[in-house]
Order: sequence, then C-alpha cells, then structure tokens
Amino acid sequence: MRKLALDDEILLAVDKPARYIGNEVNSVIKKKEEVDIRFAMCFPEVYEIGMSHLGLQILYDMFNRREDTWCERVFSPWVDLDKIMREKAIPLFALESQEPVREFDFLGITLQFEMCYTNILQVLDLAQIPLHSSERTTDHPFVIGGGPCAVNPEPIAEFFDMFYIGEGEVTYDQLFDAYKLWKEKKGTRQEFLEMAAEIDGIYVPAFYDVTYKEDGTIASMTPNNIHAKEKVRRQVAVDMSQTTYPQKPVVPFIKVTQDRAVLEIQRGCIRGCRFCQAGMIYRPIRPRDLEMLKETAKAMIQNTGHEEITLSSLSSSDYKELKEIVYFLIDEFKEQGVNISLPSLRIDAFSLDVMSKVQDIRKSSLTFAPEAGTQRMRDVINKGLTEEDILTGAGQAFEGGWNKVKLYFMLGLPTETEEDMEGIAVLADKVARRYYEIPKDQRNGKCQITASSSFFVPKPFTPFQWATMHSYEEYIHRANVVQEAMRNQLNRKSLKYNWHTAEGTVLEGVFARGDRKMGKVLEKAYELGCLYDSWGEHFKFDLWIQAFEETGISMDFYNLRKREEDEIFPWDFIDCGVTKKFLRREWDRAMNGEVTPNCRAKCAGCGAASYGGGVCFESQN
Amino acid sequence: MKARIKFRKNGVMKFIGHLDIMRYFQKAIRRAGIPIKFSEGYSPHMIMSFANPLGVGLTSDGEYFDIELRAPIASKEAVEKLNEQMVEGMEVISFVEIPDDKKSKGMSIVAGADYLSISKVGMPAEDWKEKLSAFFAQEEILVWKETKKSKKEVNIKPMIYELYPEGDNIYMRVAAGSVQNLKPELVTEAFAAYCGMSDAKFVHHRLETLANTGTDTEPVFVPLDSLGTEIL
Repeated sequence: MRKLALDDEILLAVDKPARYIGNEVNSVIKKKEEVDIRFAMCFPEVYEIGMSHLGLQILYDMFNRREDTWCERVFSPWVDLDKIMREKAIPLFALESQEPVREFDFLGITLQFEMCYTNILQVLDLAQIPLHSSERTTDHPFVIGGGPCAVNPEPIAEFFDMFYIGEGEVTYDQLFDAYKLWKEKKGTRQEFLEMAAEIDGIYVPAFYDVTYKEDGTIASMTPNNIHAKEKVRRQVAVDMSQTTYPQKPVVPFIKVTQDRAVLEIQRGCIRGCRFCQAGMIYRPIRPRDLEMLKETAKAMIQNTGHEEITLSSLSSSDYKELKEIVYFLIDEFKEQGVNISLPSLRIDAFSLDVMSKVQDIRKSSLTFAPEAGTQRMRDVINKGLTEEDILTGAGQAFEGGWNKVKLYFMLGLPTETEEDMEGIAVLADKVARRYYEIPKDQRNGKCQITASSSFFVPKPFTPFQWATMHSYEEYIHRANVVQEAMRNQLNRKSLKYNWHTAEGTVLEGVFARGDRKMGKVLEKAYELGCLYDSWGEHFKFDLWIQAFEETGISMDFYNLRKREEDEIFPWDFIDCGVTKKFLRREWDRAMNGEVTPNCRAKCAGCGAASYGGGVCFESQN
Repeated sequence: MKARIKFRKNGVMKFIGHLDIMRYFQKAIRRAGIPIKFSEGYSPHMIMSFANPLGVGLTSDGEYFDIELRAPIASKEAVEKLNEQMVEGMEVISFVEIPDDKKSKGMSIVAGADYLSISKVGMPAEDWKEKLSAFFAQEEILVWKETKKSKKEVNIKPMIYELYPEGDNIYMRVAAGSVQNLKPELVTEAFAAYCGMSDAKFVHHRLETLANTGTDTEPVFVPLDSLGTEIL
C-alpha cells in the first residue's frame, strides 16, 4: 500500500482529506523506475474545481498513454492544509505517488482564469521550487504553463520556464521526445529551453526582451536567442476525431463541481461574439465524429459508473448532429439510470422536447444569455439573439409548463448607455408579460424571472481588446441603475436581479491585458497574503491595492487607458489564427453597430482558415 | 429480491466519509453491471441502504449495505464482479440474499458492533490488562457526551457488552444502531482517564456489525450477513 505524504493526524485535522490521498478509480499508478518522464499536472485551485476540468483529464490520459511518461495530479491545498504545510515545511506532493513535486521532470500548470494567479505562486512555494524561472537549476522541474490564459502569459512570464500556447494534443509528444534526448546527454537547463523554443507552440519568456515607451506601453518585443521564434503559433488540433479522448476519466471520491462524464462534442464556435475570448481563440469550429462520440459515451459510463453525462461545447446548438447525439444518449442511458444533463441550448421545439424528457419541468428553469438588454447593444457585441427569439422561446416553454427563466447579461460593455442598462429590466419584464398572457387557469402560478449580470472584462484576442474599462464605483453605479429599473417594472414581483461583485472584475481586467510589469505586483500580493482570490471569503482587495501601491504600478493604466489602434499589445507575439486586422475590423463594426454573420452563414476572413481545417473547409468536403 | 453486501474498508480509504462511500458503491455497482433496481421519477437513484455509518479515520472488516435487485445474480459472480471494480483498500466479502420480511430488512436490525482498539500513544502501564478488567467490572462508567446543544453525563456501562485485552490491543463489543450507539473512542477515552493516562491515543478498527437474534435481556449477536443465504 502506498505511503501517504501526510500523516493521519494531519489528514484527520483538515477538511475533506480525500482531496489529498489519490487512489481514485482510474487514477494511474506506474513504477517510477520504469519511466523517463515524470509530469506533475497542476490545476492551481482546490481539488473539487481542478477535478472538474476536462482539459486536465484529456492531458492526463494522453500523457499516461506514453509508456515512458507518468503524469500525476497536483492541486492547491486548501487554506487549512496550506497553513500546516508551511508550519511543518512539508513539500507539496503529487496525488498518485505522494512524492514531492520538486523531484519531477515537469510541473505543468493550467491557466484557466486570471484570479488563480496567486495560487500558482502558492504551488511553487509549497513545492519548494524557486518562484522565478531565473533562479531554478537542473535540480528543479521545468515549469510549463498552458490553457486559455496562456494567450497572454506576460503577467506571469517570470514564474514560468516555458508556456505551451494552444491545445495540448498537438506538440507535447515532441516536447517529451526532446526532453528525453536532453536528459540522455545531460545538457544544461538553458540547452533544453533552447530545444523547446524550437518546437511549435512553445514560448520561452526568458528568450525575449521587452522595451517600453515613455508612456508605459510596449515599444518592442524581440527574441534574444536564435532558437526563439519571432511569433509563436497557437497550436490547434485540426482533426478532432483523430485526437485522443479519455475513455477512463479519473473518478473522484468526493463530490466535485462537475460530477459527471463530460463529452466534448466540438471545439470552437461559429458565432463571433465580440466579447468572447473562447469564441475567437478556439477558431475554427471543429466537430467530433458522431460515431466516435457514441462509442466514447458508452465507454466513459462503463469505465466510470457516473450517474450523469453531459455535453460540452461553446454552443451545442451549432453541432449539426445534436439531435442524433442527444436522442442516442437518452435511448442508451435512460434505462440504466444515467441522467442526461443538457448544456444551455437554443430554445426551440427540439430542445423543449428533450428537456421535458430528461428533467422535471416544474423544477427546472430555462436559460437565455442575451448578454445585453437592448438590440442596439446586442448588435454591438454581435450577439445574434433577438428579443423575438427570446420571447418566442420563452412563450413556447411557458405553454409547455415551465415558469422559471434565467437571463444572463453583461454590464459595462463598450458604448453602453443608461438605456442599455435599463433594457435588462425591460427585457426581463417582457418575458414576464409573455407569461401572464397565458390564461390564468392554464398557467402554473407565478413566474420567476431571474436576471444576472457580470461585469464585462476585455480579453486579449477579441475585438474588444481595445476597450476601456470602468472604475469600481462606475460598475456599482451601473448595477444600481439596473436594480432601480427592475423596481419600476410592471411585473417587479416576478423579477429578481443578481450581480457579481466588481472588485474581482477590476483585478481580472488588469491581469487579462497586463504585461510583464505585473509579475512584481502578483508576487507582492502573494507575500501580503493573497490566495484563492476567486473565493469571495478569501479575496482581500485591500491587500491587492496595497500591493499595487507598494510596487508603484497603476491599475488605471491597464483598465482605464484608451488603447490606440497601433498599440503593441503584450500578446501580439502570439499568432492565434485570427488576425489583428480582423479583430480591428470587428472593433470598428462594433462601434458602428454592425453585425457580422456567423462562420457558416458567411466567412468573415478572420484568419483561422490558416489552420487548414474545421468549418473553414466544411463546404469543400 | 433483496441482497446484502459485506465489505472491508482499509488503508487510505478510511479518509473517505460515509456519504462518499455510498457514492463510490453506486458507481462501482454500475461499472460491475450488478442488476440493481432504480427508483421512479426524473432522477432515478439506486435503491440501497447502508448500515451504521463508520466515522472518518476508522477502518473496518465488517461494513454492510442492502440493495434491491431487478434480476437475480449469483453470489459468487457478484462478489467477483464487484471486486474487479474495487480500489486499493476496498474489498467485497459477501453478497447474500436476504428474506423480504420485516425482521431482516433494512438497517434497523443493527444492534451491536465489535471493535479492536489499537494503542498509538501512551498505552497504560504494564498492568493495563488488569486495569481493563477492573474498569469493566465497575457498576457505572460515566462519560461526558457532547451534542450540539448540550453536554451531559451518561452511563455507558450498559452499552458495553464485552471488553477484554486481545494481545496488545483492546477488544470490545458495544451497542450500535439507531436505538443506542456507542462509539469505541468513548470507551477508550474513559479507560484512559480511569488509568490516569489522558494523553493515550487509540485507533479503532471495526471487526463486525451485528444483529440481535435473541431478546433484549438475552441477546444473541450474529453478523448481519449470516441472516442471508447464498444466491446460486
């Protein structure tokens, strides 16, 4: 039996010890003497969040298919264990072998959202690995970052030896093969970084120099090592039906956030919403083969015993064979007592039929994401959903017995006016009015319309990357405008409004579009005690403000400054397929309120066709 | 048709709580293809009930749960199939049919449990075995029982059926179940206090979960799976 890294006394003293013991069904145990590469895959958040992430399961499975590689998992210890590990100087360990991460060949850290950046420093710190890449020696693992936030790795560049930009399925094998060569000839750390820099998609921050203009914006970013590329091309798995997919995902003992089998039906999105980073960086849309999905679904349920399966994609309604896959899942699994959990679908006759089959309509609610309250604003963000779509869909649902609707919005979008803010309340009220058009004896009591808003954060590689954000006070003001408007609606008693706090928004904005100067703020904030910033109860905004003050870095520079058309962005050295020219064209169209058709309706020439696959070549198949 | 499953929980699995063990078995049963019955409704769930929750940190050789089957399956086959799905530390020992009458049904029949308490720190002095007999011979053994609302003194003596040394460890048979339930740590704590060794620490291992086939005054304790029969 494996020896645990933590003794019984510690495990019995902390909350949910199951987070730290490994041993889950489908977790992979290998003999360390029999592998060449030990990879610690880290999601810098608590176990329940990290284990809900599909990407981690995909790479864990893919890496472990290599006989020469043993990939294990690492998560952020929760605050209770964090304290104990510091007091007792217990090194952070991987779940499978329970051995210290600092003895591994690689520590891979997935970057899913900006608010987990202090947890990256926690992981390095507890692992007893020097925080800065420049301080590491051949005794330390190579620290590699990946995931969506790697499209702007600059704020955290100094803490990483390299980043893998793009989808992991493509060039990790090359990286591992290079590593084995390097290990055999016992090279220097620098030598491996140079070998890695030659591999497509690998970015080694130390191999680039950044100079700044007097106003603080970037003057230039140039390679200082002949092995480093001028531009790093984001890697895309062109043929999604040929990529590996985990048939035996790890099954946690404790209930995690996504406690079900996840079937990724496609990657990418055709919609082109101008605020959405995923919709841009995962271009072009690439569906998976229906038969492959059916086989995978069966295998996953057989191998995990999960009681629920769900579909994953950015916009499932755009999967051409959605009906086939959904009815297949219902037919295949309903008898076996496996629930089908549907992602938010466009509301139409099909989705209402399916929903009535798989959930109790008295308890479930319908979800729409209009994102903005007025048609003008929705045109600016290129959200194709019209008021008529919403009212027709809601009407059909109400007549089918539903009486709960959730509406998702963003506040603080570019060009937003008071009318757009109030429009959120007006639209919610119209949905309620549609409900009360149904004769009293045919409806199911009162309806409940819940509108939720989050504050918009401009992200790199979106048309809105040029957008100016607002101050904390302005965000609160805007939420209050909506709140007030809600109170003035006819059906106010059937309406509810929730909004996300604004403090996180401001910080997320700074890190999303930040540059290398952000590293010292992050380090200062961590030193001051910031950790688990995405958890309301642990987020210490005052300490963050102190960190900015002490390092002399201005949040306003990143959030409130107007970015000019020709400004060099920190992330411009990455080639994501979509061109800056296209993004700028979309920004201009947004300012004119012009909508751009989706990829299947008309190609907008975004640049993603250069990957040579997906929707860009659909009509030619 | 009802079946009773007996299993062991050892090693690192002692850190998995009772509810998570239930979820673990739901998934294991699906993977093993055991023909379990589901409830009706939109989110059907497996019909299963667990006996006498084991606290986090305790290991056991005698854990049980009952399920309802929609089709018969041979005991031997079921045990094999389930064991193919177990993680390290978990083992299914038996799978028996239980009669559908009230007497053997459900987990309300749990009446006692056997434990082995293993000393970790500060085991009482050399004469602890004699002290244990003297401790058990008392008329009353009073301990403070804390609930969320109050703290009260109770006499646990009537809930201890047997208590004696077994090698270097302490064996005990105590009341368990929904009527009255005694945690083994209450016994060892009281014993340690009796010996004046309040820093003594024990770990507890459940050996068996028992039903009473006798009467209240003259109990006859038997393992829960002895009430069932092998499915051929």
